[in-house]
Amino acid sequence: MSNRAEKVVFEFSREGRGASAQWPAAPATPATDIPAALRRTDKPLLPEISELEAVRHFTRLSQLNFSIDTHFYPLGSCTMKYNPKGCNQYAMLPEFLGRHPLAPESQGQGVLACMYELQEMLKEVTGMRGVSLNPMAGAHGEFAGVAMIRAFHRARGDLARNEIIVPEAAHGTNPATATMCGCVVREIPVDAEGDVDLEALRAVVGPNTAGIMLTNPSTLGVFERRIEAIAKIVHDAGGLLYYDGANLNAILGKVRPGDMGFDAIHMNLHKTFSTPHGGGGPGAGAVGVSQRLLPFLPIPIVGKNGERYRWLSEADLPQSIGRLSAFMGNAGVLLRAYIYMRMLGREGMSRVGEFATLNANYVMARLREVGYDAAYPTRRASHEFIITLKRQARELNVTAMDVAKRLLDYGFHAPTTYFPLLVPECLLIEPTETESKEALDGFVAAMAAILVEAAEDPGKLKGAPYTMPVRRLDDVRAAKQLDLTWKPAGEAGATLRRP
Amino acid sequence: MPFVPHTDKDVREMLAAIGAPSIEALFDEIPASLRIQGLDGIPSGMSEMEIGRLMSERARQDGRPLAFLGAGAYEHHIPAAVWAITTRGEFYSAYTPYQAEASQGTLQVIYEYQSMIASLTGMQVSNASLYDGGSAVAEAALMAVRAHRRSKSLRVLVPTTVHPNYRKVAVSTAGNQGLRFEELAYERASGRIDAAALQRFDGEDITAMVIQQPNFFGVLEDVDQLTDWAHARGLFVIAVVNPTSLAILKPPGQWGAKGADIVVGEGQPLGVPLSSGGPYFGFLTTRMEYVRSMPGRIVGRTVDLEGRPGFTLTLQAREQHIRRGKATSNICTNQGLLMTAATIYLSLLGPVGLARVAEASHQRTQELVAAATRVKGVRPAFDGPRFHEAVLLLERPVAGVLRELESQGILGGYDLSGDYPELGHALLVCATETKTTADLERFASALGEAIRKSARAA
Repeated sequence: MSNRAEKVVFEFSREGRGASAQWPAAPATPATDIPAALRRTDKPLLPEISELEAVRHFTRLSQLNFSIDTHFYPLGSCTMKYNPKGCNQYAMLPEFLGRHPLAPESQGQGVLACMYELQEMLKEVTGMRGVSLNPMAGAHGEFAGVAMIRAFHRARGDLARNEIIVPEAAHGTNPATATMCGCVVREIPVDAEGDVDLEALRAVVGPNTAGIMLTNPSTLGVFERRIEAIAKIVHDAGGLLYYDGANLNAILGKVRPGDMGFDAIHMNLHKTFSTPHGGGGPGAGAVGVSQRLLPFLPIPIVGKNGERYRWLSEADLPQSIGRLSAFMGNAGVLLRAYIYMRMLGREGMSRVGEFATLNANYVMARLREVGYDAAYPTRRASHEFIITLKRQARELNVTAMDVAKRLLDYGFHAPTTYFPLLVPECLLIEPTETESKEALDGFVAAMAAILVEAAEDPGKLKGAPYTMPVRRLDDVRAAKQLDLTWKPAGEAGATLRRP
Repeated sequence: MPFVPHTDKDVREMLAAIGAPSIEALFDEIPASLRIQGLDGIPSGMSEMEIGRLMSERARQDGRPLAFLGAGAYEHHIPAAVWAITTRGEFYSAYTPYQAEASQGTLQVIYEYQSMIASLTGMQVSNASLYDGGSAVAEAALMAVRAHRRSKSLRVLVPTTVHPNYRKVAVSTAGNQGLRFEELAYERASGRIDAAALQRFDGEDITAMVIQQPNFFGVLEDVDQLTDWAHARGLFVIAVVNPTSLAILKPPGQWGAKGADIVVGEGQPLGVPLSSGGPYFGFLTTRMEYVRSMPGRIVGRTVDLEGRPGFTLTLQAREQHIRRGKATSNICTNQGLLMTAATIYLSLLGPVGLARVAEASHQRTQELVAAATRVKGVRPAFDGPRFHEAVLLLERPVAGVLRELESQGILGGYDLSGDYPELGHALLVCATETKTTADLERFASALGEAIRKSARAA
């Protein structure tokens, strides 16, 4: 990683320069059929730079990032496991890249076969009855899941059911999704060991209950032990169960949401099935459903007639919640997930669950050994776990954020900080199965060293990081003096320049 | 073990540190009644060589036909540098840039992207991208409802000249929150929004109007007049645009007297492969006054402890991880990698190159229409100016003609008879800079043959 700042691309720009090998020839005769009133008269702000300047600029920018390929990235709830290079290479074969989304099924039997088999494999690992690959991210899959639950109730004429129950530890997308689906959120507490408070659940369910959104293992990093009781309470009250399957790493080959009683699930293929995070996307949030939600799946879905694959659309699923993307979702991401699943196979998938869990429990045990407090010390870790720095905050005046920032100087990406919100000063740590024991030991050693620094020189943590391209940034200024686009020097609001 | 580095010795030492007798013991909190003993329905694993062979066979099966398909996804030349850099591990395998100090690369790319897209659309601010063009239209409608202080109706006018799939996505996404999308007809002769059809909305409370330019037929709408009509009646204008076209077409920020209020579109033409429909990215830009109503991530420039410039995610108080149920959207990711590709693409094309792509695509489409309409039984559907798509009316049913073209290795366009039955045998065609004169001639002669064959068979 480099710590040399890079100019903004527009600062390299010189009028008359350009990567002209990439441009088509100028038309011999200028088009006269587009009326002047509809034409552009000003020049858009795009850089005029050579191909080499562009290549250097963006390569240098890439070097200002942490990434899985370069750093251990124990970011809880994000599953930063290795993204195999083969998945990228074989998803980017020219025929796959060149295929138009509206090309006929006859010119897509290869890609449709992959999609069909992916649907089938996802059904098997989750224990659900049907799968749609349409949603383009986790939150998009959540939306599909809750929209299907709502459609299910409405199709039965049960219009009062508009409440979605969400445990207080849930990811922020859960309540935001419920709102987007026109539902009302009811939050319920968890007990001291991280399990849902059943009394609170019983008190909140009723004739208005549309469903409950749960993650299991929960965002607290522990398995919800009374899941069967929860399923019974919610189903008996007429509600359905939604599984936030952002992450299946802990349960792959061990237990299935369908068997736990869930009716809908979304799966973040960019987590469990190792498609890249790409600096914030693209993801893929396939959804799975139980028998009763099958008619409501979002379209299109891949069906199979004999040996031919075909798209199922409105005509096949008249009760579908409809279309969520212009075409068929993030096909290229789905191909990567397909390749990954085929490479792992059934043995490899069970190993994911086993070694993700082994790594998490190992790091939790070692961190406790060196002086950190687990938030749920009586519990097994799942694929992730939480440590809380409540004690250090009180005794040493250092926060979870200070430890996170200092870790960057030691060459480790910070764990997830301040999530879930209900655990004070928390770090959510998820090592994933692809990290070696040496990498984990290195992380524990850095955490131990930081604890020593915290006791001896807390100021050092407060000022961290020191070795990155920038020190801590002024977020308040960022939000108050909005600078969201570059402006040339001399113009009003011209962008800050590096000295 | 594929992608799991543990030796037997590692496992023994790690279990000893945990104090567990076996890996299996780590799952002892899961009720025994729920445990499964494996995944029998999943095939056995494959080596990279084996899966490589399977994928190559499947790709070969799909082939590489000569395509004149557009309808929302466009084939353009993608410079080799775009994906060579985008797939660098430092971009490809990084997470959302929450730890700003360790993510300056991704953050600066987003800032550069926001600057380019805002300027291209003629607006002041951009977010860091949305899922795709369809979902961007839905998010724009929801945003209009939030940002519009006076309108309470949740009614949004959507002309039928807007992409049919975008209209469907808008209904599936925003319908749950009570938004009503009301259709506006188009003029049969010109393929443009029927200005006379607007009269019936005079005096009614309507929140916003969507205008797609070029519209789904490839036809150029009278955007100035429509924008002014909407603004005179207090409607927000949501522009849906093709980013390539904006190198030569008036940006929405300059439509009418005041300019559009929210601009969205499909970013795929900017260096993103067709790839069966995704991953693509949607873009969304607006005026500064509505920045806090925007959905999705936004990056801002600020300073660090030493006063040096740096980049960070900002205005996060709008987002789900802070606001939970009251967030502007549930969106969590953007389409980071695609937006990165687009930023590199736009840097390589620059203002001159992008205008060349737009002009060449326009020119090729004009030539395509000229060649195709010389064929007996083919005529243009509309008389107005167009960008890089056109509707052809055939004297034979489109499906059969397309099948025949397909047998010649040509994807002849998009059959409109499902979405627009009133047009008859209508075919939407597209040509970009990727098509040569020889390609156009091959298309025209195959089209003529296909129509004759279809007529003989009838």
